[in-house]
Amino acid sequence: MIKLELQNVWLAYGSEVVVKDITFQVMPGEMVGLIGPNGSGKSTIIKAISRVISLYSGKILLDGKDVFKIPRRDLARLLGVVPQMPLLPSVFTAFEIVLMGRNPHLGLLQYEGARDLAITWQAMEKTATHTLAERRVGELSGGEIQRLVIARVLAQEPKSILLDEPTANLDISHQVEILDLIKNLCLENKLTVVAALHDLNLASQYCDRLILINNGRVHAEGTPRQVINPRNIKEVYGADGCVYTHPDIDLPVVLLKAGSSQKAKVKEALETNGD
Amino acid sequence: MNIYHTTRAPMVRTVHFPHWRRRAYAILGLLIALGGVAAFATTFGSVQIPFLTICHVLFSQLPLVDIAPTWPSTTETIILEIRLPRVILAGLVGAALAIAGATYQGLFRNPLADPYLIGVAQGAALGAVIGFLLPFNWYGMGFGIIPLLAFTGALISVAIVYNLARVGKTLPVTTLILAGVALGALWGSIVSYLIITSGEKMHGIIFWLMGSFSLSEWSEVRVVLPYVVVGVAIILLYARSLNIMHLDEEQAQQLGVNTERLKLILLAAATLITAAAVCFVGTIGFVGIIIPHAVRLVWGPDYRFLLPLSVLTGAIFLILADLVARTALAPTEIPVGVVTAICGAPFFLYLLRRKKRAVFF
Repeated sequence: MIKLELQNVWLAYGSEVVVKDITFQVMPGEMVGLIGPNGSGKSTIIKAISRVISLYSGKILLDGKDVFKIPRRDLARLLGVVPQMPLLPSVFTAFEIVLMGRNPHLGLLQYEGARDLAITWQAMEKTATHTLAERRVGELSGGEIQRLVIARVLAQEPKSILLDEPTANLDISHQVEILDLIKNLCLENKLTVVAALHDLNLASQYCDRLILINNGRVHAEGTPRQVINPRNIKEVYGADGCVYTHPDIDLPVVLLKAGSSQKAKVKEALETNGD
Repeated sequence: MNIYHTTRAPMVRTVHFPHWRRRAYAILGLLIALGGVAAFATTFGSVQIPFLTICHVLFSQLPLVDIAPTWPSTTETIILEIRLPRVILAGLVGAALAIAGATYQGLFRNPLADPYLIGVAQGAALGAVIGFLLPFNWYGMGFGIIPLLAFTGALISVAIVYNLARVGKTLPVTTLILAGVALGALWGSIVSYLIITSGEKMHGIIFWLMGSFSLSEWSEVRVVLPYVVVGVAIILLYARSLNIMHLDEEQAQQLGVNTERLKLILLAAATLITAAAVCFVGTIGFVGIIIPHAVRLVWGPDYRFLLPLSVLTGAIFLILADLVARTALAPTEIPVGVVTAICGAPFFLYLLRRKKRAVFF
């Protein structure tokens, strides 16, 4: 059980600052969603927490320890990442890819033992990828690869999971299946979960808390009810009056109307002005 | 603590890994084949020696084995002092080039990478050519100035490429390859100029550049052996990390691989064994690129098997190539680099066609 903390984090690619002064905490057993438009900095934050890009300033603490001072192998035992659109080498078999998740648990002179194989197999069963075990990655569909990468994270047995658009390539039944699985793991094992999601309705239903990011800054933070409201959606996404309540559960849903985008509005306004 | 799998884990049936057992058998089979091929290669030469005599002589050299010599002492000299060091050196160089090629391909995620990609060969060639052109020769540690300069040239050019390509603390792979290709082209043009102006030494230089084992002696085996053994051992240790590097650097880091350190260690190991291999025998092309791909096509991409299988296949291949080089047009020797290309290219194309798999890297 570990806590994840971001303190006044600034991130930049070269001299271009993309994330400005972000501070938030994620407690064990909590699933936090990062939402916001494309290019708002969600993926960048995920990359920084997993130490793929370095900090411009600020601090990221995992279990009270500075992430950038934890050796990579130790960090990979604490933190697993499902990257956005992962590239996998096409000649490896699905099983070999999932088995790679065991890497941080093995020493230089160690080979995967029976236990590692069993854990790998279970991870594949949980994600319904075990039927693909001997297939080569090149023959798999985008959704199958997405589930494979999630199986790899499960095989990694981390205490915290970061997901970058985990449902981007999945059809609706698999979207729900994967998020149910992650949500259950999060609750049962008190995992610390951060998911960057572009689907606001999924974010609203699965996340305990949402952080709405716009232009690299936190625009709003709180429960789905507090964050997904017409005003925030209009300010960040520029879409008007599209927040409703889910008919079965008391959570906000976003339903768009054709022609309601900002651009269409501008065009309409120009046309009316021209008359 | 197993927080994910509280229920008893089901035993994974080995039926899911039939290829693992197949690859383990392949390693064993190739090991035996290597011994057989090495003994077979020693039977050929200006004097034909029966296979059984070779085996007897070799076994009589082992401690605790007492076989009364039924062969003339000249036979023993031919086997032990002339043919055996040559066969062993060919095997060592083949193993070194093959594993170095596999390592570079994995590290750079580039199927065209070979041991000479980052300027090793061109640096070695420049060093050797300078050695040829020096008006004096110098012998130290049992070998001449040419291998010494070749080895130095290889290491210097890799050091230059490495420092050119480095950006802060990271080493972007594309920059590394570009810097290697650019520096290699520079060295190559200098070598061409030196060859043209070299006069009567031209033949020796060109023969060295194409690779030859004609001057193999035990002293050279003793120099090359430690580099190859240590280098191969280091690379084998990181086989699992190479598998993960094959994903991409970001995922490798997230799976606990220190990618920058891995690149440095493997680059150093692969470069050292390549430099040690080429400094005596010249730049032998094709082995480093063809052997790992052939192994990959037959036994799959898993580096834990790919690396040892490449070592064995590379050794067998170059022993046989050298056998052809010294016997096909005897007493004239063909440069072994010519043989590796002539034998290797069609074989590789055959493998490529047979598998008919669009992607195999």
